[in-house]
Amino acid sequence: MNQMLQTRFDGPWVKVGRVDDIPLQGSRVVKTHGGEVAVFKAADGRVFALRNRCPHKGGPLSEGIVHGHAVTCPLHNWVISLETGEAQGADSGCTKVIGVLVEDGVVHLDLSRLPRLMEAAE
Amino acid sequence: MDKTSLIVVGNGMAAGRVLEHLLEADRDAYAVTVFNAEPRVNYNRIMLSPVLSGEKTYEDILIHDDAWYAANGVTLVKGEAIVGIDRETKTVRTAGGAVHGYDKLLIATGSNPLIIPLPGKDLPGVVTYRDLDDVEKMMAAASQGGRAVVIGGGLLGLEAAAGLRAQGMEVTVLHLMPTLMERQLDPAAGYLLQKAIEDRGIEVLCKANTHAILGDTTVTGVKLDDGREIACSLVVMAVGIRPNMALAKDAGLAVNRGVLVDDGMRTSDPDIFAVGECVEHRGVCYGLVAPLYESAKVVAAGLTGSEGAYTGSVTATKLKVTGIDLFSAGDFADAKDRQEIVYRAPGVYKRLVLRDNVLIGAVLYGETADGSWFFDLIKSGSDISAMRDTLIFGPAFAGGEPLDPTAAVAALPDDAQICGCNGVCKGTIVSAIGAKGLSSLDDVRAVTKASASCGSCTPLVEKLIVATIGDKYQAAAVEPICKCTDLGHDEVRRMIVAKGLRSIPAVMQELSWKTSCGCAKCRPALNYYLVCEWPGEYEDDSQSRFINERVHANIQKDGTYSVVPRMWGGVTSPAELRAIADVAEKFNIPSVKVTGGQRIDLLGVRKEDLPAVWADLGKAGMISGAAYAKGLRTVKTCVGSEWCRFGTQDSTGLGIKIEKAMWGSWTPAKVKLGVSGCPRNCAEATCKDIGVVCVEAGYEIHFAGAAGLHVRQTEVLTLVPTEEEAMEIILALTQLYREQGRYLERIYKWAKRVGTPSIKAAIVDDPERRRVYADRFRFSQQFSQVDPWAERVKGLEAHEFAPMAEVGFKEAAE
Ligand code: SRM
Ligand SMILES: Cc1cc2nc3c(=O)[nH]c(=O)nc-3n(C[C@H](O)[C@H](O)[C@H](O)COP(=O)(O)OP(=O)(O)OC[C@H]3O[C@@H](n4cnc5c(N)ncnc54)[C@H](O)[C@@H]3O)c2cc1C
Ligand code: SF4
Ligand code: FES
Repeated sequence: MNQMLQTRFDGPWVKVGRVDDIPLQGSRVVKTHGGEVAVFKAADGRVFALRNRCPHKGGPLSEGIVHGHAVTCPLHNWVISLETGEAQGADSGCTKVIGVLVEDGVVHLDLSRLPRLMEAAE
Repeated sequence: MDKTSLIVVGNGMAAGRVLEHLLEADRDAYAVTVFNAEPRVNYNRIMLSPVLSGEKTYEDILIHDDAWYAANGVTLVKGEAIVGIDRETKTVRTAGGAVHGYDKLLIATGSNPLIIPLPGKDLPGVVTYRDLDDVEKMMAAASQGGRAVVIGGGLLGLEAAAGLRAQGMEVTVLHLMPTLMERQLDPAAGYLLQKAIEDRGIEVLCKANTHAILGDTTVTGVKLDDGREIACSLVVMAVGIRPNMALAKDAGLAVNRGVLVDDGMRTSDPDIFAVGECVEHRGVCYGLVAPLYESAKVVAAGLTGSEGAYTGSVTATKLKVTGIDLFSAGDFADAKDRQEIVYRAPGVYKRLVLRDNVLIGAVLYGETADGSWFFDLIKSGSDISAMRDTLIFGPAFAGGEPLDPTAAVAALPDDAQICGCNGVCKGTIVSAIGAKGLSSLDDVRAVTKASASCGSCTPLVEKLIVATIGDKYQAAAVEPICKCTDLGHDEVRRMIVAKGLRSIPAVMQELSWKTSCGCAKCRPALNYYLVCEWPGEYEDDSQSRFINERVHANIQKDGTYSVVPRMWGGVTSPAELRAIADVAEKFNIPSVKVTGGQRIDLLGVRKEDLPAVWADLGKAGMISGAAYAKGLRTVKTCVGSEWCRFGTQDSTGLGIKIEKAMWGSWTPAKVKLGVSGCPRNCAEATCKDIGVVCVEAGYEIHFAGAAGLHVRQTEVLTLVPTEEEAMEIILALTQLYREQGRYLERIYKWAKRVGTPSIKAAIVDDPERRRVYADRFRFSQQFSQVDPWAERVKGLEAHEFAPMAEVGFKEAAE
């Protein structure tokens, strides 16, 4: 299926694995030198990627419960949109959205916007 | 004078439609030659399924027969594929070696079915589902009887399955995902579809990954990843399609996933057009006919010099299996900026997705008559705010004055059925309300039975009461589980049992969930209720569990985990301590702490290390302490009669026995026990969920204590003389709590809600009932006493503990 995010990002695309590698309504982590990326698969099969840090206190979003196009952070239950990376409801904050391209069941990420090494060390 | 020449490559649905428009616009513009790899004229590919099922013949589905080509002066070369395009010389080459020149070229090569590279994929008896040859092969196989396995539970797979079943074969559908047609349907509709497919005698296995196709000279079966084998004589692979763009790519045209075309349907070469499933337009490759019908007009316009523009299509899907009504259109993913309207009734599911008062997607199952009306609304993008409240009821309610939902119910005729389960119609309810002066839902239920069974018509009944008596209506005080439902925990559990619901989508559908897939609040609760109700049968949904229960360790504030091995009754040994020490050193575990629950916590373990840490602990005989679980946590003990000068009974031994009987059990909230050897109570048994205080006369059983956010002293349940009776009572009490406790409600809260007398009546006063509860507990323990760590050391859920990929910046920048 064509992915909606694809148009907002244009690569370079880095292959990270297969859509089937991600559990439905679940997530996998991709480790990069710029920090971790959480790759999610929603109930409708769509794939999203966010920097794996909750805007609240840095919780690993990959470990949260995925519902709709959102994930609930495992540490203090903030709900983060998979589409925009924004915290929902009364909370505010935003985590970086990573571009995703799915082609023939293979997931590619646009890692060019990841924070560089130094930021990852924060 | 020679006419300008147009060569068409491929003669499928797209090419056929372009030719119609072209001839209509200008019959004489071109000398047209069509090359078709298939040795036949133009037929309606989407009607292959009725041919397969025997409802139609090939002749019925022809679009253009030989006479049509003759009459229109179009040359059709059947069974001849084009193998090369030379853009310099503007020629094409056929498989037979002939070369033909063109002025304009149209590529309409469609797509190829995907073939999973499985062992055995080339065996005779393995077919795809794309053209008439495939249908003929399937029909030939069906005439021999036997079983067919269809790999892929999407549109094509299910149509193939239904067709083969209609031809008398036994059929099994294997589908990788948890629900059928997940691209077009959400889980609720997928669940209804699966029921309907199964009702026609087709076996459906979801989450089934094919490992290999078996057979030496012909197909004899299929093997799944989990080792299961299914004997069969035919395998249909219907797992997807890929645009057929090799020809265009070799010719140097711009391609991505398909042949790239602009809004004029031109490729990167202005003399070459492309249309149909082989193209990619604005980043989208389509797999349905509606987009190609729309773009075919633009191609014809481009060929005759009056440019048109194609801007993309919204697509709708139907399944062509007689008796199954299903419709989906547009974008129905849920997201922050969207609202959804869900309507459920027995066998019916409808969901509309709105953004800024515009309908953007719809999924309908069971009743699809309004599909085209919704589809028009999606395509037109019109503002629906005026009819929002009644939108889901379709065009019948949309005309004229905006109706509020109560008025819509008021407008129903008296004989309209409100409660499907009990067959109660509107008139009956209204007259009962008037005659008996009813003013609450419970009253109406008691008198008329409406909504007293499955409860899915509750909202309707409530609106009816409001419509009849207005403000005097007393809304029920049940607190719903979450915003996804109007039902409370108890009603949901009652319905799970009464209706035999065995999966989360089944609960959501049958109990009229208002959202399509639930939320982080209701999913874990439903998962627990199903685990509790169907031991050994229900397959746990790990994605509906909080991270700690999913990876069997406690997440810490820095994203690392803590590991607490079980230490039975708080008793350990030098060997265990040595193993813990070794593990801590080997994995550089930063912190080792004695917990408040009489055992040892290893804190700061990296997720990737968890399985290896568990493997080492497991070798020393230790299992998970479930310090993360809504389940049995610890059984604290004191030294008791074995050492202590005041000890009256073997409190340590009893604690260990209890822990061995209860470990692994899932409960509504955590359960902690304590066993003290005398009333000095060194194991703090009187502030535990369940406590035992040993006395000379036997065992005093306590319950409903806590020492967390609230400190509660236990109540005494009873005093029994033997260990056996103590055990029986504790297990029975736990089971009663498992069956009655609401998710996240600890024992003390449950006891307060249902009242101690009712608990005593079941567990203490009635030995027969006690035994039944204890037996149910023991039965379910058969399935839950599997050490989750050992399973994961062996590789279960390995994906949880390994990153999907590791990429360096060098690669990323390439
Ligand atoms: C490790 C430990 C503290 C320690 O270092 O001693 C601990 C640690 C946590 N406790 Fe506790 N509790 C620990 C014994 C207790 C005790 C004492 C006991 O069990 O005798 C209590 C009071 C008794 C009780 O439960 O009534 C206790 C009452 C709580 C509560 C309040 C529960 C309540 O219903 O009021 C919470 C919060 C909750 O569960 O929602 C909590 C929650 C937690 C959590 C799970 C917080 C969280 O959600 O992350 C902590 C996990 C840390 C970790 O990763 O290990 N912990 N916690 C103890 C582990 C015991 C064990 O071996 O399994
Ligand atoms: C069983 C089935 C059921 C379907 N049901 C539906 C449905 O209900 N609704 C819906 O909207 N869509 C449905 N579809 C999809 C629909 O049929 C396709 O979207 C449509 O046929 C695509 O048209 P096309 O012209 O692009 O490709 P095709 O119809 O596949 O035509 C391509 C033709 O090009 C020929 N060809 C390929 N390469 C060459 C070459 N090099 N030289 C010469 N010829 C070549 C092929 O042999 C083929 O005949 C169904 C498809 C199948 C298989
Ligand atoms: S008392 Fe609070 S801080 Fe200490 S372990 Fe328990 S939950 Fe954590
Ligand atoms: S770190 Fe995510 S909610 Fe606190």
